[in-house]
Amino acid sequence: MSAGGITAEPPVVAAPPPSAEPGRLGRYLVGAVFLAPALFMLVVWMVYPAIYTIVRSFFGQTGFLGTWVGIDNYKTLFTTSTLLTAIKNNALWVAVVPAFVTAVGLIFAVLTERVRWAVVFKTFVFLPMAISAFATGVTWRIMYQQDPGLGAVNALGKTVSGVFSPAGVLSSASPSTPGLQATSSGALVLKTPAHPGSVVLLGLTGIAPDQVPKSAAQAVAPAAKQGDIVGTVWRDFKPGGGKAGVVEKQELGLPGVTVDLRDASGKTVQSAKTQTDGTFDFAKVPAGTYTTAIGAQTFAKPFGGYAWLGPKLIVPSLFIAYIWIWAGFAMVVIGAGLAAMPRDVLEAARTDGATELQVFRRVTVPLLAPVLSVVFITMIINVLKVFDIVYALAPQSEYGKANVIALAMYFTAFQGGGNFGVGSAIAVFLFLLVIPVLALNIRRFKRDA
Amino acid sequence: MTRTRIGVVCITVAVALLAAGLAGAGTRSHHHTGQNLAVKGTITFDGIWTASSGQKQFADVIKLFNKTYPNVKVNYKPVGDSLPTVLATAVAGGNPPDMADIAQPGTVAQFAKQGKLKPITYAKGTIAKNYVSSWQQLGTYSGKLYALVFKAANKSVVWYNVPAFKSAGVTPPKTFSQLLADAKVIKSSGTPAYSIGGADGWTLTDMFENIYLRTFGAAKYNALSAHKIKWTDPSVKTALTTMGKIIGDTGNLAGGTSGALQYGFNDSVTNAFATPPKAAMVFEADFVGGVVSSSTKAKPNTGFNTFTWPSITPGANASAVEIGGDLFVTFRDTPAIRAFVNFLATAPAAEAWAKQGGFGTGNKNVPASVYPDAITKATEAPISTAKSVVFDMSDQQPPSFGATAAQGEWGLFQDFLKNPKDVAGIQRKLEAAAAAAYKKGK
Repeated sequence: MSAGGITAEPPVVAAPPPSAEPGRLGRYLVGAVFLAPALFMLVVWMVYPAIYTIVRSFFGQTGFLGTWVGIDNYKTLFTTSTLLTAIKNNALWVAVVPAFVTAVGLIFAVLTERVRWAVVFKTFVFLPMAISAFATGVTWRIMYQQDPGLGAVNALGKTVSGVFSPAGVLSSASPSTPGLQATSSGALVLKTPAHPGSVVLLGLTGIAPDQVPKSAAQAVAPAAKQGDIVGTVWRDFKPGGGKAGVVEKQELGLPGVTVDLRDASGKTVQSAKTQTDGTFDFAKVPAGTYTTAIGAQTFAKPFGGYAWLGPKLIVPSLFIAYIWIWAGFAMVVIGAGLAAMPRDVLEAARTDGATELQVFRRVTVPLLAPVLSVVFITMIINVLKVFDIVYALAPQSEYGKANVIALAMYFTAFQGGGNFGVGSAIAVFLFLLVIPVLALNIRRFKRDA
Repeated sequence: MTRTRIGVVCITVAVALLAAGLAGAGTRSHHHTGQNLAVKGTITFDGIWTASSGQKQFADVIKLFNKTYPNVKVNYKPVGDSLPTVLATAVAGGNPPDMADIAQPGTVAQFAKQGKLKPITYAKGTIAKNYVSSWQQLGTYSGKLYALVFKAANKSVVWYNVPAFKSAGVTPPKTFSQLLADAKVIKSSGTPAYSIGGADGWTLTDMFENIYLRTFGAAKYNALSAHKIKWTDPSVKTALTTMGKIIGDTGNLAGGTSGALQYGFNDSVTNAFATPPKAAMVFEADFVGGVVSSSTKAKPNTGFNTFTWPSITPGANASAVEIGGDLFVTFRDTPAIRAFVNFLATAPAAEAWAKQGGFGTGNKNVPASVYPDAITKATEAPISTAKSVVFDMSDQQPPSFGATAAQGEWGLFQDFLKNPKDVAGIQRKLEAAAAAAYKKGK
C-alpha cells in the first residue's frame, strides 16, 4: 500500500449470496475433509494398534502371525501368580482409590468455600497435578525411605518419637560377656550372682567406634573391694575381636552408663554411673545375693522408621501418593459444580432449620451427584490404567506385591520377557475392563447433551 | 536393571592389523598407509552406553577402526537403559539396527532361535587367534557363532571398606569360613558386615551364582545354567543354604532384612563406602568401582579395595571367574559389518577402551599392563587369564526367568532374602518358573 495517505476505498459490497446450496455430496466432502486429520490420527494411533493387539494376542512369542496359540495367552494370564496379583491389585485400586479421591476432593471443595485464603490453598492442593506421575513416584519413593535420615515421612516420625522415647546412648550394643543376657524389656542382666566383694565384668560389643563417648579411656578391670561390688562396663572389642568377657589392652571403658544393683527379689537397691575407664562401685553392700543390670533406656533403639516401601505397606503407600496427585483435580471439578449450585436451595434448607451437616448430606451431595459421578468414573478409568507411579515408586523387590495390570503388560511384553503374545493378551484384558466404564460415561454424555 | 549392566560389561579384543589383513584378504589396500578404501558403507549400532557411561570410550574404538576403514561410517546410537525394550520392539517390527550390544546371552539365544540374527562365522579366524575356545562358545548358539563378547565384567569380586576392615582388625578372607568369621568380628566392631542391594534382584542372583560356582565348579554351573540340572537338585539346596549364612544374618546386613530389600545396587555401594560406613563389604562386579568414585569420597587403596570371591570347595574352582558381558550381534551381513566385527575381535580394539578403565576383556592378546591402575588390573586381568570362565547364569536364562523384575529368578531370590529359611520352597518355585520359561521358549 502506498504511504501517501489515505486513499478512498470503494464501498464494501456485500458478498453475493452463495449461488447455490452445495450438493449433498459436497457437504459430505467438506465434512470428510475436516474430519480427515482427526480420523487419520485415530486410525493410525488407536484403531490399527488395537486391532493389531487383539490379533497378536492369539499368537505365540515369535512374531505377528507366527504361531497360532488360540486362547493360551489368556490362560497364562489367569494362571500365572504374578499376573493374578496384578489383577487383584487393580481390583483393590478400583475399590479404594476413586472413592477416596472423590471424598477428599469433596471435602476440600466444600471447606475451601469457607476459608479466606481459598485460592492459595486450592493452588497448593492442585499443584501435584502439574507434576508428572513419574516424578511424583520418584519423589515419594525418596520420602518413603525407611531410614529416617533419608525419608521425610520417617524423619517426621523420628522427630515425634524422639520426644517421647529418646534413643539410648548405646542403642546398637549387644552383650559379649557370657551370662549377660537381654531381658524382654530390653535391659541386660548378668545372670551370674554377685556378692559383696565380687568383681562384675559387663562387656558389650557391636558399638561402632564413633558411638564410643569421646572421654572413654582404656578399660580397667577393678580389683575386688571388701564389702563393695565393683565392676566395669566396656567395649569388649579390639581389632581382630579379642577374647569375649576379658578386659584387654586397646579395649575402651564406656563412661556414663547407669548400672543397677538388684537384690534377690529383682528390686533395684543401688545405681551407679561408670567412670571414663568403665568402672563402677556399689559401696557398702549388705551381705546377700545380687544381680547387676544395665537398664533398658541405655539400649533404647532410635526410631528406625516404618517400611513404607516394604511388602506390607507398599500398596497403601501407593494409594496415598496417588490420592495426593488427584485430590486437587477432584477438588477443582467439584468446586466448579459447587459454584454453579443454586444457593437458594441451601438457604431454604438452613431456614427450615437444617444443621450444616444435614445441609451437606441431604442437599449439597445430592445436587452435586452428577459432578461427583464424573470425578468417580474418570478416576476408575485412570486407576485401571495406573502404571507410571507404581513403576517409579515401588522398589523392584516389591513389584511382585505392587504389580498392576499395565505394569505386568509392560514387563511381559517389553522387558526381559519379550513375550508380545501374552503382553497383548494382558492389554486386551485391560481394554475389556475399561469398556463398561467407558460405555457408562458415554451414556451419561448423551443424557447430559 | 540394565543400567547397572552397563558397567557389568567389559571385554575384548584386538589387533587392528590382523583385522585389516583378514577382512581385506581379497580387497587388500594398495596404499602404504594400510588403509582399506574399498569397503564402504554405514553401520547402525544400538548400544547401552550413554555419554556418562562409555559412549566416549566406544567412540574411540570406532575412531581407531576408521583409521583403517575411512569409508565405513558407524552410527552409534546411545539407547541407554531401555535398550532391551527398544531392541525387542525393533526386532518385532522388522526393523532392527545393523548391530547391537546385548547383555543377556538368553536374549541372544532367543533372537537366534527366531532367525533374526546373522551368523558371524567370517570372524571365527580372528576370534580364534585372540580368544580361548570357551569364549567362542559364549557366542555360539545351536552350533553357529552369532556373537562376539566385546566387553566383560568380572563378577567374582568383593569390594570392601578398608577403614572398616582395619578398625575391625580383619584382613580380606581367602575362604568362605574365614569370610563368615570376619563378618562376625566386623559386626562386633559395630559395623554391619554386608551391604546387600536386594531391590535389584540381579545382585542376589550374582551372589548365588558365585557361591554355586565356588562350591560345585564350572561344569556343574554350566549344567544348571542350561537347565540340565533342575533347581530342585541337592546341589542347589547346598548353595542356597550357604547363601542363607550371609543373607540370613539379619543383624549383620546394612538396614537389616527390610533395608536390604529396599536398597538398590547403587545404595548398597554408597552404604558401604559412606563415612561412617553403614556396612563393610559389597558383593558385586568390577563396575562397583565406578559408583564408588562417582558417588562417595572413598579413595582407592586407603578407602576401598577388592578381594576375589572367597573359595568354598578347595581346588581349581577356587579361581574360576564369573563374568557378565556385552555380546555384539549382527542383524545384517555386509562387507562393512564384517570388517567392523573382525576389527572388534582384535587386541587394539580392546586396548583402545581398556586403557581408559571400566573395561575387561577375554582377549588373551591384551596385556595386563594396559589397565590404568592396580585395582582395575586386579579385577580385569583375571578375566583373560582365568583357567575357567563362566557367564552370568541368570543372563543365560530365557529372559522371562532370568532377567525380568519381580518374576523368575530376580523375584524369587528377593523372596529368599525375605525368608532365607525356606530353601525347599524357593527351590520348588525356581524350578516351576524355570520349567515354564524353557517350555515357552520352544
